Amino acid sequence: MNAITDDTNEIGKIRSILEQVNDPEVPVLSVIDLGIVREIKPSGEEIEIIITPTYSGCPAMDVISLNIKMALLAEGYKKVTVKNVLSPAWTTDWMTERGKQKLKEYGIAPPNIKQQVCNHEEFEADEAVQCPHCNSYHTQRVSEFGSTACKALYKCLDCKEPFDYFKCH
Amino acid sequence: MLKQQSLIDFTLHHADNTLILAQRNAEWCGHGPILEQDIAITNISLDLLGQARNFYQYAAQLLNEGETGGDTVTEDTLAYHRTEREFKNCLLVEQPNGDWGQTILRQFLFSTYQYLLYTALQKSNDEQLVAIAAKGLKETTYHRRWSSEWVIRLGDGTEESRERMLHAIEELWMYSGELFMPAEYEISAAEKGFGVDVSSLKNEWMQKVNAVFEEATLPVPEKTFFQKGGKEGKHTEHLGYILTELQYMQKTYPGAEW
Ligand SMILES: [Zn+2]
Repeated sequence: MNAITDDTNEIGKIRSILEQVNDPEVPVLSVIDLGIVREIKPSGEEIEIIITPTYSGCPAMDVISLNIKMALLAEGYKKVTVKNVLSPAWTTDWMTERGKQKLKEYGIAPPNIKQQVCNHEEFEADEAVQCPHCNSYHTQRVSEFGSTACKALYKCLDCKEPFDYFKCH
Repeated sequence: MLKQQSLIDFTLHHADNTLILAQRNAEWCGHGPILEQDIAITNISLDLLGQARNFYQYAAQLLNEGETGGDTVTEDTLAYHRTEREFKNCLLVEQPNGDWGQTILRQFLFSTYQYLLYTALQKSNDEQLVAIAAKGLKETTYHRRWSSEWVIRLGDGTEESRERMLHAIEELWMYSGELFMPAEYEISAAEKGFGVDVSSLKNEWMQKVNAVFEEATLPVPEKTFFQKGGKEGKHTEHLGYILTELQYMQKTYPGAEW
């Protein structure tokens, strides 16, 4: 085996460990689902993980860094550094399809695809958000900001259930 | 002005702007008019605090790279150990919350400016400023839309809400001009290619404000004498009180952590 295949195998193994590390604020998503792991750099028993915050003020980033470290140390890696970078800025388009599916099953409407529907200009029609419970698009925004920075509050006008929408960003 | 000094001052100016507005908005925590809006204003506060941290961390890095070396300066020493005269935030962000209308108007005037600023900073020749602005731009876009909607709802709402918005304009408009009057370090920043010529943002800012005020049936004040000085450390009486509260713990228990 050459060094490149070795690294590829190693990265795959680390990825599967990181799939078990969850976002403390939306525990149904792993850091991989969320798309915040930007790079995995193994070198022997040392690893560097590059992550990027969802929002500038995301209070979960310190806990996420710590949890990533703990998970890898528990798997026998001797030296783990987690580095936070701002650029390129995270976008919900990096969320995995599996992540979006998990969100919906959990009762949170997954983010719409950014290029197609997100529009933040004033006086523009609101984007159509699908109710995660009954799939109706007959929904209404209650508030731009929800229980965490990444979510907005919606209600379904058909099944009458309130729900969180993971804002496209 | 030396490049390094103007880069530090420019970065601190934006750190202070976002920190002080975050602190002001956080005063609403638990006092918002309804639960959803209490959550909204504190979310905005959190976004701004995150942006402030990014700017402070960068300023600390630049200061440590300077003559002193080492890591004596941190985001915390910059936020907690500087005095009122060292803060470079504009006067608008330190103005009291007043009623909900006044808080909304302050946010609207600032977010509209910040949106243009962060957009323009995408062309900066300083990579870290580009990264911080790109991150913040997405957040500011939401703040701008949210506060625009509120200006319209209140301005074109009941007689009472309209009266309050007119009062808010009277209280705050005089502080809006400073956003577009560059301090020495901003002029230097623009010349050296990492900053933005803020005076060039004014026209587009006026257009955006006009459009929302028109929809809100609110008048745009015509002749105003604009207050300034905050960017150079000359503040209104309010900043001292904000800092007293914000820095209280670190002054009472220096270096306390939890
Ligand atoms: Zn429904």
